[in-house]
Amino acid sequence: MEIKVLGPGCKNCTNLEANTKKALEELNMEATVLKVTDMKEIMGYGVMSTPALVVDGKLKMMGRVPKPSEIKEYLV
Amino acid sequence: MLDFLNGIWSVFTSILKFEWLYDLVAALVENVFKLSMDTNLGSSVHFFIYDVIKILMLLSIMIFLISYIRSYFPPERTKKILENFSGIKGNIMASLLGTVTPFCSCSSVPIFIGFVESGIPLGVTFSFLITSPLINQGAIIVLLAAFGWKVAALYIAMGVIIGIIGGIVIGKFNLEGEVEGYVYEMSMGEVEIETLTRKERAKFALEEVTKIVKHVWLYLLIGIGLGAAIHGWAPADILTKYAGPDNPFAVLVGVAVGIPLYADVIGTIPIAEALISKGMGMGTALSFMMAVAALSLPAMILLRKVIKPKLLTIFVAITSFGIITVGYLFNFLLH
Repeated sequence: MEIKVLGPGCKNCTNLEANTKKALEELNMEATVLKVTDMKEIMGYGVMSTPALVVDGKLKMMGRVPKPSEIKEYLV
Repeated sequence: MLDFLNGIWSVFTSILKFEWLYDLVAALVENVFKLSMDTNLGSSVHFFIYDVIKILMLLSIMIFLISYIRSYFPPERTKKILENFSGIKGNIMASLLGTVTPFCSCSSVPIFIGFVESGIPLGVTFSFLITSPLINQGAIIVLLAAFGWKVAALYIAMGVIIGIIGGIVIGKFNLEGEVEGYVYEMSMGEVEIETLTRKERAKFALEEVTKIVKHVWLYLLIGIGLGAAIHGWAPADILTKYAGPDNPFAVLVGVAVGIPLYADVIGTIPIAEALISKGMGMGTALSFMMAVAALSLPAMILLRKVIKPKLLTIFVAITSFGIITVGYLFNFLLH
């Protein structure tokens, strides 16, 4: 599984990355978590409100920092 | 029946005015801390406790309500709406939507690219970018708490007008060449705007409350602390002389100080409230707060990624000019 955290690198993006890793840990899942700061790629997903979460190429969530328990639902 | 309604109304307004809290804290200061309200220390301690409780309560309730409304206007939808308007109507819509679209300065770059890429004129984009940080939801709430709804409404109206006019002026200059070239080469993906349930909107609103309170509480405490000190000790006669509404340079100085100041606008409001009570002009204080909100250095560094220095300078100049005008207008109207 490949997970991408989209965002220019502000605090919310770091928080989303941390919450995602926590969710993976709680699920005992292995996945690569990539931080995407390149604007071209972020805009390619049509995202204007960061941070956003992409799982296996599919945009799951944007403009918020959900809790780990909520991120789990995006992962399974 | 009328008596009954009047009764309810007076209870409602006294809750909103927080007179009950004022009296409660006054009793606490006088009876528990054994400080007289007539001393500098007593009135400062009272101001601090009263303001912290009042502002945190108002902030939480109002951010929840406003965020609930804002959940209907994600930037992706705002963009779709704006694509349908051209000319001055576009500037007006962009400025109005700037007041309701959730905005954090780190989203300004993707929003700018998204707008420009989908063919929204540069001037319309700037109407949005000027109004959005000015009408900061936290700032409006604290303004409401400190100065009442009339000043808050005037602030919003002025913010919207500055955005409309600023955008129109930038649009007239034909500055498309002053946007970084790569912005035009981007291709924007299509995104499905999710329809949220009522529960999801409430959750979004609750998250916003925690996020904003977590972000601002320290600024707020520092601001209220300084405000309390000003309240107790600042000499009113000197402030009135140098920062009062009759000093024509006070507004200019306020804006010049506000631009480089890296503070959260919410923290500056209690300071402004205290300064005004000591004789500073209302317009001077408001333009100072607007400068802090709209023209912070970090926000400009982010914008520099998408626009060249010339356009950035024009943006700062026009916004500053608008803010200064509002300062003089408020000083003239309210004193």
